[in-house]
Amino acid sequence: MNLTEHASILIVVIPLVASFINIFLIFLKRTLCYPFFLLVLGICVILSIDILSTVISFGTLRYKLGGWMPPWGIEYVVDHLNAYLIVIVSSISFIIAIYSKDSIKKEIAKAKLPYFYSTYLLLTTGLLGITITGDIFNLYVFLEIASLSAYALIAIGEKRSVLASFNYIIMGTIGACFYLLGVGYIYIITGSLNISDLTRLLPSLYESKVTLTALAFFVVGIAIKIALFPLHRWLPDSYTFAPSAVSAFASATVTKVGIYVLIRISFTLFEPRFLTEITPLSNMLIWWSTIAIFFGSIIAIGQRDFKRTLSYVLIAEIGYMVLGVSLGNKEGFIGAVLHILNDAVMIACLFMIAGGIFYRVGSRNLEDFTGLNKNMPITMAAFTIAALSMIGIPPTAGFFSKWYLILGAIEAKYLISAATVVFSSLVNALIFFRIFEKIYFTKKEVIPQYTFRELPLSMMIPIIITALAILIIGFYSGEIISSVIKFTVPAGF
Amino acid sequence: METVIGKYNYWIYISLMMIGFYAMIAKKNLVKKIVGMNIFQTAIILFFISTAYKKDATIPILVKSQEVINPAQYINPLPHVLMLTAIVVMVSTFGVALAIIMMLYKQYKTLDEDEIIEILKKKK
Repeated sequence: MNLTEHASILIVVIPLVASFINIFLIFLKRTLCYPFFLLVLGICVILSIDILSTVISFGTLRYKLGGWMPPWGIEYVVDHLNAYLIVIVSSISFIIAIYSKDSIKKEIAKAKLPYFYSTYLLLTTGLLGITITGDIFNLYVFLEIASLSAYALIAIGEKRSVLASFNYIIMGTIGACFYLLGVGYIYIITGSLNISDLTRLLPSLYESKVTLTALAFFVVGIAIKIALFPLHRWLPDSYTFAPSAVSAFASATVTKVGIYVLIRISFTLFEPRFLTEITPLSNMLIWWSTIAIFFGSIIAIGQRDFKRTLSYVLIAEIGYMVLGVSLGNKEGFIGAVLHILNDAVMIACLFMIAGGIFYRVGSRNLEDFTGLNKNMPITMAAFTIAALSMIGIPPTAGFFSKWYLILGAIEAKYLISAATVVFSSLVNALIFFRIFEKIYFTKKEVIPQYTFRELPLSMMIPIIITALAILIIGFYSGEIISSVIKFTVPAGF
Repeated sequence: METVIGKYNYWIYISLMMIGFYAMIAKKNLVKKIVGMNIFQTAIILFFISTAYKKDATIPILVKSQEVINPAQYINPLPHVLMLTAIVVMVSTFGVALAIIMMLYKQYKTLDEDEIIEILKKKK
């Protein structure tokens, strides 16, 4: 059996099967659960890199499930955009799996650890499935697998997390159901569920009201899932009270995969001209995301809780990506796709640091961060890199994607959107420099005498890896764009 | 009148969906919210199933002796199959939601949203 040929199905099936095997491992030997969990995610990373290199050298991969011919059977399609996202999701999940070893022990009971690993694997399965499938109904099923495991993972956090998770269930279900209705309308009018088949069938039906209704349901449903401002209510509470490893993983991947679905629907299912000429959707999304960037940043200033601040910064970042996608030119699109990678790494790094500080200090309040430089110099150095990248200081990754976004916004003549991106960077600077001041520049008398040292090694290494990744992505962003992202730009731009 | 009576199944789906939507937003009791969620999802099942219907058509089982297959004779089986999957998803969502409600009840000893918010405010 040729492994490369089946890599696209194995990457979904392996974590799915492993999540159930993991539960049975409890009866065999409890200590085996964690190494097994890590091994499975490691295999996923290797497979994802294999898929990416195959796609780069041979072009789009197609896998027919069970040998059924599309459009009747389910088909897995991997092009450059999918492969890029698969690598992001699987490597982030692997890195945070390393991190979760020590961090999660403090937050949930030891007896429940194997169940945590199983649910985590299910979440990975769902996210990888969304990115890999070429069938819109199959995408719904994976969306729900991912969401259900995310609800469960969030609910095992602090006491308040249960209520947050409940609100997330209500909002998330509405989002998923809207998406399902969109699928229904598309099916009524075309009789097909396969994305590449629909690309062929839909253009003759653009004038139909059914197509418009389907598009409206899709966009609103996904906007709820990615927490685009005013529909963001579930996000801050969920990510604040969830266990640190879960906040880091979910914030870095769940929303990014949602953006991926938005890109697929707006540019693969429909043509770019449908969004700009026939419907005003593109214009609408630009203003909508500009408002999201503005308010996300404004609300972030007022927060005292570090994880809550990050949640609102994340809401502004989601605005960036939606803005780039809907600008409808090459620069904006490249900026958005590059920002998916950058934001995943940055926000994962920052949430891991938030978890690390919580692990040692036992608080997420910004007031308690004074003088942490003394006790945790390496973590704080990583924090500095991630925060500078969030602001958009040149050598770090964050600068390059923002640069492309601003260029795209100027080219599309949306100067207000370009100005909002700059404004939001300044607000980020305000937020993070305030924290820098507490960490590095407080007077000696005020500093509380903590006795602890640096974080344990298993938490330290992932933080260092992501912080270095921010710099490396920054240096090699040109190569990433020319070898992968260039090919994701839809035709017609 | 034609649009109301001729397409009554779609009207029922819309009104069911709105009842569920209302319950999810406006009801204060968490269990009622979940029930609203279930009504909302069931409305979608009704929508999908009614799209499969054809007049004077029968269940999609082929008889071997029949040589010419006329698609108009059979109702479309695909929406039914999709809904089987969707029902499984809905049941598991319902299960997770009920488990979360149990956890909430253990914590707050109430299922009323206002009372929970009151308790949370007092703690601050």
